[in-house]
Amino acid sequence: MGEIKLMKGNEALAEAAIRAGMQAYFGYPITPQSEVIEYLAREEPKHNYVLLQAESEVAAVNMMYGAGGAGGRVLTTTSSPGFSLMQEGVSYMTCTEIPGVFANIVRGGPGLGTIQPSQGDYFQAVKGGGHGDYHVIVLVPNSVQEMADHVFLAFELADKYRIPALILSDGAIGQMMEKLELPDPVPYKPNKPWATTGKTKDRERNILTSLYIKSEDMEIKNIHLQKKFREIEANEVRFDEYKTEDAEVIITSYGLTSRVAKKAVDIGREQGIKLGLFRPITVWPFPKGRIAELASRDDIRFFISIEMSAGQMVEDIQLNVCGKKPVHFYGRMGGIVPTPQEILDTVQSHLKE
Amino acid sequence: MKEGYELIYQRPKTLTDTRMHYCPGCFHSTMHKLMMEVVEEMDLQENTIGVCPVGCSVFAYEYMNIDVQEAAHGRAAAVATGIKRIHPDKLVFSYQGDGDLAAIGTAETIHACNRGENFTFIFINNGIYGMTGGQMAPTTLVGQKTSTSPYGREPAKVGLPLKMAEIVSRFGRVAYVERVSCNTAANARKAKKAVRKAFEYQLQKLGTTFIEVASNCPSQWKCTPEESLDWIKDHVLPYFPLGVFKEPEKKEK
Repeated sequence: MGEIKLMKGNEALAEAAIRAGMQAYFGYPITPQSEVIEYLAREEPKHNYVLLQAESEVAAVNMMYGAGGAGGRVLTTTSSPGFSLMQEGVSYMTCTEIPGVFANIVRGGPGLGTIQPSQGDYFQAVKGGGHGDYHVIVLVPNSVQEMADHVFLAFELADKYRIPALILSDGAIGQMMEKLELPDPVPYKPNKPWATTGKTKDRERNILTSLYIKSEDMEIKNIHLQKKFREIEANEVRFDEYKTEDAEVIITSYGLTSRVAKKAVDIGREQGIKLGLFRPITVWPFPKGRIAELASRDDIRFFISIEMSAGQMVEDIQLNVCGKKPVHFYGRMGGIVPTPQEILDTVQSHLKE
Repeated sequence: MKEGYELIYQRPKTLTDTRMHYCPGCFHSTMHKLMMEVVEEMDLQENTIGVCPVGCSVFAYEYMNIDVQEAAHGRAAAVATGIKRIHPDKLVFSYQGDGDLAAIGTAETIHACNRGENFTFIFINNGIYGMTGGQMAPTTLVGQKTSTSPYGREPAKVGLPLKMAEIVSRFGRVAYVERVSCNTAANARKAKKAVRKAFEYQLQKLGTTFIEVASNCPSQWKCTPEESLDWIKDHVLPYFPLGVFKEPEKKEK
């Protein structure tokens, strides 16, 4: 049984990283996630990790590249404008196959935007974000407990597949306090024979590069990456369902809005509307298969995606429902969180259609 | 080896057999050799991690028989920081050109130096963008013609050439700064000594070590290799003087 604590989401993430054997953190302060680097700075004397406040997010991600490539278990955290700056490095790490864990505690955008919570960075997270054909693993916690749990999972998956893993959260989950059970520390035993640790006599030199100047070589590299992405899609899809067994309406929602949507399901059912909630826990790989299964069920009338965006995940829902059912959307932008009543009102209006 | 013969010179084992792609006369080949000789002489092959840049030396890892990471354009100092922080006892260097270190990566360079990151910069300053086809660099000399300054560099428009060795020598945690060249055999020998000193200071954990190489580019300077040596002597060195800009104080015996 782990230690029970009352913590902010950002602090839970930081403490979990220490317990998951993080060896280095590189980051640049940005609201609403600066608690992570502050927490790690306070705790640093008690532990053996590297903590470095970089001169920019661009530098931070490249420090991740260097330290992760040298075999370290590395973390950075940022918020939307900062994650945009990191995209160059994420693309390079994906091609070079350097593992590392990122957290984007999303705030409202575009531009400098607002420091309030948002889910407006879904496309950037799920569809690549930087240049080239790639994906990173994207976990979407909806509680302080999951902010901690997903750090362990993200490190494990990043190392297993030699890929960046992203925790895509938002300013509300990062800032709010909840009770959680902290996972017990796990000793990190690196097994990275590909890392640049110094060429010993018993092996060839290790070169970490994303440069394949011949088109044929670049295509081979891409085919290798795509094969890995398919393997991750086959093995690492995670999702959660609430009262979907007999539901007539499936609400799809992740992260903070899934908590609001769950409340809407309960209120709706008290009023006799058979609502159910489908919550992706990984948005890449996306739970395509399960969405397609639900779409084939005769008793389901429609899907509605609830997001703090102008409608981003809804496109992945539509792709996998594949025209079998109507797919609706309700969202708020700019840092506003939809209420259960707003969700219910929208569902009611579509039921009358 | 034939009986009666003594081997006095050979390719270091720290260089691969791969034929270098560099143009005839280019100092990249010379610097690769000098650096890898030092790594071998100091018996550091097992403990060296290099960082290569974007630019002509983007393929440096093809020739250096050590572990290498290829950095994004300008980010070598940040990558080297990450490596060195994970492996503080290993020898780490970043090998960068002028566009990489002094234009797109200026912030990373300045801040790594200000932190006193304990790795060695090898800064190849040839005053031009070689790989992309001869465009102006931050270190292009005043009046020097390039494909993006076809009438010569105009300071009123683009400022004066950046003197990086002079700039970074001002930082308190930078330990050793020297500008060298390979335009003569004597200078090439001095360059090798400077690389050795930098690596030794790094292993003593004295702070950042920074070697600037007044280098050449016969292809993009549109001259012969021999003429490029004259250009260095007549034009480059008067503006970018050779010498030690900073060195740790020697302990008295």
